[in-house]
Amino acid sequence: MNKPESLQVVKQRRDGVLAALVDSIPYIKFLNISFDRRGDELTAVMQFEDKLIGNPAIPAIHGGATASFLETAALIELAWQRAWTAMEDSQLDADDVAAAGYLRLPKTIDFTVDYLRSGLPRDCYARARVNRSGRRYASVHVEAWQDNRARLFAQATGHFLMPRLNTGG
Amino acid sequence: MTEEELRQRVTVAKKFMAALPFCHALDMRIDEAGISEAVMSMPYNPMTVGDPDTGVVHGGAVSALMDTCCGFAVNLHPECVSPTATIDLRMDYMRPAKPGERIFAKAHVYKATRTVAFVRAIAYENDPENPVATATGAFVFSKSSKSGKADAPTKSGAVA
Repeated sequence: MNKPESLQVVKQRRDGVLAALVDSIPYIKFLNISFDRRGDELTAVMQFEDKLIGNPAIPAIHGGATASFLETAALIELAWQRAWTAMEDSQLDADDVAAAGYLRLPKTIDFTVDYLRSGLPRDCYARARVNRSGRRYASVHVEAWQDNRARLFAQATGHFLMPRLNTGG
Repeated sequence: MTEEELRQRVTVAKKFMAALPFCHALDMRIDEAGISEAVMSMPYNPMTVGDPDTGVVHGGAVSALMDTCCGFAVNLHPECVSPTATIDLRMDYMRPAKPGERIFAKAHVYKATRTVAFVRAIAYENDPENPVATATGAFVFSKSSKSGKADAPTKSGAVA
């Protein structure tokens, strides 16, 4: 029997894989998006900046920024879920996960954003739910809110093509 | 809409667009403006890359260009009297955009009711027949009440 890993080691491995997934993507940096992790649950956070404003008269966050945020949340959630299973089952670290091809992001097939109210000049949060995840296709729903979890300012649903893994598994 | 009215509208819209921080951040520009239709574009920018292995631009950036261009086309509808907002926008991604190339979006309002403008758009690098993505959206719309007098409103109830 293997000795159980220490909490520190487990945390480091999980955070390492998440960072490897997120940190290399320039557009995520450009939009100032980060991910809060609680166990396997991710919350995407887009920190407000003036450059995200679409209409300065209201002022409101640009619909394109909102769409980008939601699509990013969906893509990372999908890749993260698949990587999570592999990571937890075989105790893979970030390098193993990368070698197996888990860090390749899915490709968006279509993405529909529903704008419920204007995005205020505040931080945005989003959580994605994978409704179906097959070997090739996945369907994901995303919800985004600002001050109040129950008052969504946007939601989206989209279909994605999953990248093939190197191990064929 | 007369040529002169269209020119005025384009001038106002260009000024408005230049004042939008997110469009400015992505370096968007207006290439063509006509009645109910528009072409806009943005240069390739390493900051908008979504896939570092290939250098392909993130779909969200293309979506931002499409959304802006659709909104601009709504503004160019002859009966548009107030600023618009996106109700919903569906993006279909046909293929990755070619790294290093400027991306264009061409949008047109194919139907406007008293309250909603329906818009279609395509994104491409140089050939509209070979699109990177297409978009379909519904936008907030308010028709001018004056135009009602001018072209006697239909009573068919066909307005949504």
